[in-house]
Order: sequence, then C-alpha cells, then structure tokens
Amino acid sequence: MIPEQEGMTLIVKTIGRLVINFILLFGIYIILYGHITPGGGFPGGVIVATGYILLMLSFGRRIALRKFGDMTASLLDNFGALAFLIVALLGFVGGYFFLNFISQGTPFQLFSAGTLPLSNIAIGLKVSASLYGVFVALAIFGKVLVGGGRAQGEAASEEPSDQKEQQG
Amino acid sequence: MLIMIFLLIFMNLGAIIAIEAKSLLSAVISIGAVGFGVSIMFLFLGAPDLAITQVVVEILILIILIRGTIRLDNTAIEKYRDTFAMVASLIFFGLFLTFAYVAFKALPEFGHPLMRVSREYLQHGVEKTGATNIVMSVVLDYRAYDTLGEATVLFTSIVGAFVVLRRQGRKKVGQKDTTKVGIPGDF
Repeated sequence: MIPEQEGMTLIVKTIGRLVINFILLFGIYIILYGHITPGGGFPGGVIVATGYILLMLSFGRRIALRKFGDMTASLLDNFGALAFLIVALLGFVGGYFFLNFISQGTPFQLFSAGTLPLSNIAIGLKVSASLYGVFVALAIFGKVLVGGGRAQGEAASEEPSDQKEQQG
Repeated sequence: MLIMIFLLIFMNLGAIIAIEAKSLLSAVISIGAVGFGVSIMFLFLGAPDLAITQVVVEILILIILIRGTIRLDNTAIEKYRDTFAMVASLIFFGLFLTFAYVAFKALPEFGHPLMRVSREYLQHGVEKTGATNIVMSVVLDYRAYDTLGEATVLFTSIVGAFVVLRRQGRKKVGQKDTTKVGIPGDF
C-alpha cells in the first residue's frame, strides 16, 4: 500500500503512472538506435534517469528506492563503466584498442556498426545509473532520519544507535 | 619508437614516485612531470593540438595544486642567488621553446582550411564504421579515447559524490561490511 503522505498529489501520481513507462521506453529506444538515428548512450541514459527521478518525485522515495535502490545504481554505474572498457579491450582480438572487430553489416539495420551499439548500451547504463544515483545522493543521503514518512518506533529505535556510531 | 619507450618509463617512474612520496609537494610535482611527458608524447605522435591543450591544462593544474599544498607565501625568496635553480629553469625554458616551435610548426597555416580530417570522416565514415549516425561513428569509433576519458571523469565524479555525501564515512574496527551504499535503515 502506498502511504497517503508520501509523494505528491493523486493527480501527479496518476499522470506519472501513465507517463513513466513511455519515458523509459523512449530512453531505451534512443540508446538502442543511437548508431542509426540522432541520439546515443548519453542522452538516452539521461532520459531513463529522468524517468526514475520522476518516479521518485511523484511516488516518494520508498517506492522509487524499492524499484531502483542506491546500491543497484552504484553497481550498474560500475558495470557500465567496466562494460565500456571491456568492449574497448576486446578490440585486441583483432589488433588494437577500440578496434571495431564485429562485422559492420548493412547500414540502416539495427544490428549493424559492429561494437558501436554495445558501447552505446554500456554508456547508457552507466549514465542512467550514475545520474539517478547522484540525484539520490544529493536528495536523500543524510536526510532520511530527519523528515517524516517513517514510523515513529523505527526512528526511535534507530536514532540512538546511529548517534553512538557517529560519536565512536 | 625509442623515445616513446623512454617517455613511457619516465612517466611510469613519475607515477610511482607520486604514489610513494611522503611529501605532498613532491607528489604534486611528479604528477606534473607525468603530464608534461604525456604532452611530449602527443607531440611525437603527431597531435600538436592535443599537446598544446595538455601543456596549458597541466600548467594550470600544477599551479593550483602547488598553491593548495604550500602553506606559506613566498617560500622561495632567499638571500643568496641559487645558481642551480637558475640554470635548470633556463634549460627547461629552452626545451619548452623548442617543443613549442615544433608544435606550432606542425599546426596548419592560418586561414588554411581544416577539412583534411573531417572530409575523411564524412566520405568514408559509413562504409568503415557502418553507423549512419555520423556523430556516433566519430564519438564511439574515431574518437573513442575521448569518450572513454569522459566516461572515466563522470565515473570518478559520481564515486566522489557517493563517498562525500553518504552518512557514515568509514567502517569501525570489527564492524560488519554491509551492502548499503549511503542510506541507513531498511527500505
């Protein structure tokens, strides 16, 4: 159940529920078709991150962090950077760093241009996860216990232990 | 090729010294040496524009870092004249002028059209990379090193944001390693 107080009003929640899927779909399209149409990994990743930020703004942090936690964002960020580096290193199969070693195929097809779609996917993962992660870091880190939206008993049980950790 | 290997050894030594040095100032200076080695390497690899950019950025960063590490103002003013420092700075100034002459000579003339490289991209981009989006073929194929550097910069800044902004800075002795990144409590 969604608590009443979390997030914005019912209007924003309803519109967000309709729109967020299409924002994510559009972002994924921009990433996957980056080598054919204008776009690419970076703008597509920004669009995907915007979708999740809209989710967090409209439904509150609890729902958004359940869908896409800060740990997941950090892991995906690392994975995207590593994947881009691995695509670059796999060029040594054919000769040198960043070699386009997969066959180019026919232009204007989805599966063409060799390693470019793979790099686009890696960059898209990395950018979406990192921008969402930095939003979470700026908006939530260190402020969780201050605001409402959390049961009193939990807050009371966690507050002293946290203070003790900070002192010690 | 020999000068490349020499520069590579020099830069590796500088990086190792920068990591291992006890004094912060000597670490900063060794990092500067590594950066200038990179710029000379760009010059010999036939990229004078990158070499000039690297030199300018390196000087700026070196000044900022040295100003950040030195506490007192005007530590260099002394009574007697330091001959070694003067000779060394003259030698390095001459070296700098020599390399700058090489770099500016390799640049195209003023007013000369710069389409030599971009014409190659526009004419053979599609058949060589297979990407019909010419921007992607430049960003991810011809200039992929740039993109890798940008991805590294973004990655480093995000890691810095996570580390600086999280609530609990470091683990205590004997504390269990949790999988949480920055948010305490259970979600």
